Amino acid sequence: MIASKEISIGDVASRTNDAEGELKGDTMMLNVGPSHPTTHGVLRLKMELDGDVVKKCEPVIGYLHRGDEKIAENMTYNQFVPYTDRLDYLAPLANNVAYALAVEKLAKLEVPERCQSIRVLCCELARISSHLLGVGVYGMDAGAWTVFMYTFTEREKLYTLFEELTGARFTTSYTRIGGVARDIPEGWLGRVMEFCKGVLPVLDQVDKLLTRNRIFMDRTVGIGTISKEDALAYGITGPNLRACGVDLDLRKDKPYLGYENYDFEVPIGTSGDCYDRYLMRAEEIRQSVQIIRQCIEHFPEGSYYAEDAKKIFAPKKEKILTSMEELIQNFMIVTEGPQMPSGEVYFEAENPKGSLGFFIHSKGGGVPYRLKIRGPSFCNLSILDKLIPGHYLTDITVILGSLDFVMGECDR
Amino acid sequence: MSENDLSLLKEHFDFISTRESSDHPSINCPADRLIEVCTHLRDKLGYNMLMDVTAIDWDANSPRFTGIYHFLSTTKHQYLRVAADCNDDINPSLPSLTGLYLAADWHERETYDLMGIQYEGHPNLKRILMWDDYPYHPLRKDFPLAGIETPLPADDVAKVTGTSVKPAPMMGGPFVSSADGPMSQTEPRGRDESWTEQKEKPVKDKQTT
Repeated sequence: MIASKEISIGDVASRTNDAEGELKGDTMMLNVGPSHPTTHGVLRLKMELDGDVVKKCEPVIGYLHRGDEKIAENMTYNQFVPYTDRLDYLAPLANNVAYALAVEKLAKLEVPERCQSIRVLCCELARISSHLLGVGVYGMDAGAWTVFMYTFTEREKLYTLFEELTGARFTTSYTRIGGVARDIPEGWLGRVMEFCKGVLPVLDQVDKLLTRNRIFMDRTVGIGTISKEDALAYGITGPNLRACGVDLDLRKDKPYLGYENYDFEVPIGTSGDCYDRYLMRAEEIRQSVQIIRQCIEHFPEGSYYAEDAKKIFAPKKEKILTSMEELIQNFMIVTEGPQMPSGEVYFEAENPKGSLGFFIHSKGGGVPYRLKIRGPSFCNLSILDKLIPGHYLTDITVILGSLDFVMGECDR
Repeated sequence: MSENDLSLLKEHFDFISTRESSDHPSINCPADRLIEVCTHLRDKLGYNMLMDVTAIDWDANSPRFTGIYHFLSTTKHQYLRVAADCNDDINPSLPSLTGLYLAADWHERETYDLMGIQYEGHPNLKRILMWDDYPYHPLRKDFPLAGIETPLPADDVAKVTGTSVKPAPMMGGPFVSSADGPMSQTEPRGRDESWTEQKEKPVKDKQTT
């Protein structure tokens, strides 16, 4: 006789429980970076995984720390300009301008209109260049390779323009305290206009490739959502902050360089997820194009540097070689640095990645006593340990791509 | 609006004094009242973002360290600078603002790392830019620009290669001439010559010229 046993529902439940207990192993530690394509530089993430889900994430930074602030205390204000190139090295022109503005604020120096317009062009072209790369690699991170090809082609054209303007494609070092290194070259404005005409159709292409792309949306909508409160508490700035629905753009709210005279809109997101952050950057490129067009249409005549700032901006070369006074002036500025009053300033500019801030404490003379750089990427990354847990491992790539950070500026 | 905030603050807290500033409204606040003042700033005056935390080393002066904070109000679009002197020159410390602003977490870690200021109440105060066992605080004024020789952070690599982190040769370094003194003495030279090819490597706690 076969003994049969009635199986009750309770048994099934208990057996499932047992099975789950067996399957529930230890969590796994996973280390990503510091050298990993996902991290866009040298960011390292120490993660604790439960299956595919990240339980804990500890970002480790500092692999690109060069001690820029220490270096700044040991050289003149102009000597530090090349170091600002290496902060956000995807938009060096914008860093140059932000730094020059901070020091000029200390000197209470107003640069002429033409210089301001040149700087606006620099900032906006840098923004386009940074966002083109940001959107391109973000697409690549999410599996859309083609976008990168389109945006990088446009970026190459921009580099040609930068080279014409500054003499270098990448490390521009274009601004000086009180002006810029040289005036714009002949016919350059026309070529910038041409670029603007060319970049808009490319943006439409990118739009068609990504914005309603099912795969892209599945990977980004509702992923990496940052709440408004968190964004403010963590000091997130730039497109990442605006994607969360906070209306803060220093170009509008604390206008510098005459941004109040330009007609442009600041895109604001609603949900603060990865998808919104993409939309922000795409739209900001369009707005930058609009600013550039307005800027070129009313491009002022005049000087590209503050002529009356005799102790700050070195005179033109031909004058140095013919006039004693200018020779001395040049000698003093080169050896002792541009002469600044003592005081304390903090200036933030709306850079492509967020608010790039410079705090300068001066005791007078040509060298800052203390210079602190607030890197927007540093603050934008500080939310990672809160943002990443709960997401799948595959989402990390997309979240990091959407934050669009640069380690040069994070580690300084 | 900004001056208004400043006078409101001074009315509310009588221990606050105006700090000299070339731009934003700026206050000096005693370190032990910092939390109280910042809570008021955040909750009553709308300074909802902590943009930056840093510190200044005054070298031989006392108090030697001053913590500097920059706040931004996203509604008033106004910055405010708060400065707090550290009481102790040898073991400087300040209260941590991590309870009020989450942004303070990394900023304070950075300032601790580079300036050596202890933030009391910080949940995870460890180095952020330098490696964990690094023995110095490089942004202090008595730390030479060239750096100080330290062991490599990776023991196994150090054992095999026998190398260490070496100070940078400064002979090609940035040349600046000081603005004061007669021309004959102000020839451009590296500002920090505590270690050059002619001079010995600096030892710890040696004051730089």
